[in-house]
Amino acid sequence: MPVAVPEVAVKTAHPALSIGRLVLPAAALVLLALVSLAMGKFPVPLADVVSLLGAKLLGLPSSVDQTAQIVVLQVRLPRVVSALVVGAALAAAGATYQGLFRNPLVSPDILGVSAGASLGAVLGIVLSLPVLAIQLLGFAGGLLAVGIVYGVGAMVRRHDPVLTLVLAGVAVGAVLGSGISLLKVLADPYNQLPAITYWLLGSLASVTIGDVSAIMPAILLGLCPLVLLAWRMNLMSLGDEEARALGVETRWLRPLFIAAATLVTAAAVSVTGVIGWIGLIVPHVARLLVGPDFRRLLPASLMLGAGYLLAVDLVARNIASIEVPLGILTALIGAPFFLWLLATSRRGWT
Amino acid sequence: MLAVEDLAFGYGAREVGAGVGFTLAPGEVLCLLGPNGGGKTTLFKTLLGLLPARAGRVLLDGEDVSRWPRSRLARAIAYVPQAHAAFFPFGVRDVVLMGRASRLKPFASPGGRDREIADAALETLGIGHLGERIYTEISGGERQLVLIARALAGEPRLLVMDEPTASLDFGNQTRLLTQVRRLADSGIAVVLSTHDPDHAFLCADRVALLHGGRMVALGSPQVTITSETLRLLYGVEVAVVPLTGHGRSVCMPVLPAP
Repeated sequence: MPVAVPEVAVKTAHPALSIGRLVLPAAALVLLALVSLAMGKFPVPLADVVSLLGAKLLGLPSSVDQTAQIVVLQVRLPRVVSALVVGAALAAAGATYQGLFRNPLVSPDILGVSAGASLGAVLGIVLSLPVLAIQLLGFAGGLLAVGIVYGVGAMVRRHDPVLTLVLAGVAVGAVLGSGISLLKVLADPYNQLPAITYWLLGSLASVTIGDVSAIMPAILLGLCPLVLLAWRMNLMSLGDEEARALGVETRWLRPLFIAAATLVTAAAVSVTGVIGWIGLIVPHVARLLVGPDFRRLLPASLMLGAGYLLAVDLVARNIASIEVPLGILTALIGAPFFLWLLATSRRGWT
Repeated sequence: MLAVEDLAFGYGAREVGAGVGFTLAPGEVLCLLGPNGGGKTTLFKTLLGLLPARAGRVLLDGEDVSRWPRSRLARAIAYVPQAHAAFFPFGVRDVVLMGRASRLKPFASPGGRDREIADAALETLGIGHLGERIYTEISGGERQLVLIARALAGEPRLLVMDEPTASLDFGNQTRLLTQVRRLADSGIAVVLSTHDPDHAFLCADRVALLHGGRMVALGSPQVTITSETLRLLYGVEVAVVPLTGHGRSVCMPVLPAP
């Protein structure tokens, strides 16, 4: 009502500032990537890393010795690239799901992607299939699980469609989880069980450049509608009924957004295993930094997700003599941070 | 402009109401009165095309809207929901800009012209100063006005308002009804529901009484709102007393003698 005194509480971001807001985080991300390439069991000076990358990418002459070259380009580079890609992908999917389902506890696994992908991959491990087949099974399992959840949601028409989807996701996830448990019981405890456990906790250790380039098309394809329809995503976060009343065809957009985020998640999870918490926390942090407008939230989530997974992987490789599975660290760092956020933040969710 | 013919509405297999029909001209305010569960909200959702009509038709300029795409329907009929706590802290201007969705292509974002229209909508409602505020941090009354501004930003011909006064204090209720009247005088048709029959006297050209999913009366407030109809509607005794010098009546419940 017109009784309030005009006061400017929060400045909305000016379009001209967004370039500056983009360059700085990008520079930080590049720096973090360089540090990641340099640090590890076999430290390589930062200058050598830069020189090696210059030789690799631009064909510049380089005099760095053979061992360092192998460590940086063949061992660490695939990890760094996959950390960037997978972290960005999971965070983008999380931001999408949180907007779509209007729930702070929603993560990319909400509709059973991770459970489905896990069941597929675990099945592949138990059947002693080659790595590529395990990844394909994981990918297919993730898509299939979400397909089932969506099918169930579409059949139950009496309730709020969004709530139905979430509950169907929980139920289908439980069924898939019991399937995973069953396979773990049946698996060979000496060879297969450790592989399964490792996969379920997520790792970038065995990811090759080939793997990353194999999932890139799916990830880019999934990101396309998210980027193109970013403003419409804001309207989706008002809820189904209000979005429709404003003229949005949610019957098309909701499945499209879900399919896009699922594709991105399934592709990422199929090569790294389940890495939890990134898709849950990173969008929260991004929202604190840039606000809820999906046109800014999506790029912020992509960058923060990439940086977060890169940093966590850096810790995982260096903290102990054996490599700590990523899922353990993302939860160990993520969960307390999430609680701290919950206790201190006044914006983000209301 | 708007014609509702023998409309039956409900959720799935459950029928909430039937046989509802009325017409509405540009600049006219129709106030819907009825008890809780009388079917007001369901009727609104059917008008807006959010629920399919179980029978009957909704016509705009003689054309059946049931096959219209969502964007076309939203350009004609705008919905003002009850002021709610939004989930995300969008800026007020961003919220109002969302009203432009039906006028934009699917891949488009609102541009300069859309921002001008959104600012004009805020000015129309006298809340231009709220543009830079955060929607979740303003008061309930302000939110309700912002939602009306959002509806106006879509340049609709008909506004459907679901209990716009429900969460407002006494002063804000009156201010809101003043705005409703002003919007109607500028040529927009308005359908609103309320729990207070006095609001119908204040801003409505016609009143429709909805009881048990049936329309039991339709007409001018002076003729339609009587002790008898209010007793039928709400099951309580109400004195409807002419307010001298104002050309309208006021409603006051009468408590049973102890």
